[in-house]
Amino acid sequence: MEKPNFQEPRRSEVIVVTSGKGGVGKTTTTANLGTGLAKSGFKVCLIDTDIGLRNLDVVMGLENRIVYNLVDVVEGNCRVKQALIRDKKHPGLFLLPSAQTRDKSAVTPGQMVKVIEHLKEQFDYILLDCPAGIEQGFQTAVAGADRAIIVTTPEVSAIRDADRIIGLLEANGTQRMDLVINRLRIDMIRRGDMMSAQDVVDILAIPLLGIVPDDESVVIATNQGEPLVGNLSPAGQAYGNIVQRVAGKDVPFLNFEKRLSFWTRVSGVFHK
Amino acid sequence: MRRWFRRKSSCQVAKDRLKILLISDRVNCSPELLELIKKDIIKVISRYVKIDSDHMEIQISTKGSKAGRGAKPSICANIPIIDLSASGKQA
Repeated sequence: MEKPNFQEPRRSEVIVVTSGKGGVGKTTTTANLGTGLAKSGFKVCLIDTDIGLRNLDVVMGLENRIVYNLVDVVEGNCRVKQALIRDKKHPGLFLLPSAQTRDKSAVTPGQMVKVIEHLKEQFDYILLDCPAGIEQGFQTAVAGADRAIIVTTPEVSAIRDADRIIGLLEANGTQRMDLVINRLRIDMIRRGDMMSAQDVVDILAIPLLGIVPDDESVVIATNQGEPLVGNLSPAGQAYGNIVQRVAGKDVPFLNFEKRLSFWTRVSGVFHK
Repeated sequence: MRRWFRRKSSCQVAKDRLKILLISDRVNCSPELLELIKKDIIKVISRYVKIDSDHMEIQISTKGSKAGRGAKPSICANIPIIDLSASGKQA
């Protein structure tokens, strides 16, 4: 992929990917966003902050190369540089894995901020994969972030949790929040059995960053340990657009959305 | 067929449920508390005018703020009056 001609950020941006509810696609979003930004020529560091339940390494296909982890860095067993895993497929993409045998109390928010400050000197983007929940793990993950991406699905439970997370992030002083709606099913929206992206945006009232359709190629990509950003699948395209929007480009939303809102209107007439 | 037309779509059900859920989540106010407030308001206003307590609506909203979050919530009551002049002891 060619190097982007839009202005590269002068200072590095720290983005936390969070959701409140588990299993809505935080890790998948982090992996794809990071890979996409690296493909666009940025230097990207992914940090898995889900201590005890690390997954980002598996989604990225880097699980066999872990030597040191985040907790080792914090406890001084190694230097930050030693713990970083370089993704051989994408130059400029690095992963700081989390520890599997420890728990969330192993890293404090203050220690996290320190690690991030150190990494800021070398990277354009630092992406934090946040654990589910609103306890200490969440507090640690959001402590050093300038901006948040909130991932949700069009379900009542996920939206409720996302709303709570937005409230907590506001209290935390996070300057910027954007929404990614994951696992949208156009056929169900047409039938009036799923909330549309617009419905979710109306409820949560934060800017929309992207819509990712429910796509089985996400499962296949996770099986293979290779993020699907940029390939021809609907989800790959959607993540590609999200990457460009994060980098500051104005990209129109995918075409299916228009069709979808039209059909929502039509089916809405029938259901009234 | 009639049922099919009258049925609320599950999408609409979800939206309605979320609206109520998020209002109480955001202001941390339980529906029971709201019911108590409602009863007291009816009691007070009934002393002066005759009101239609069955069709009274009370809710906590955060109107005036775009995000609906962070702003101070306010109690909105919609109380239909049956008889304004009935300032006696109707209740």
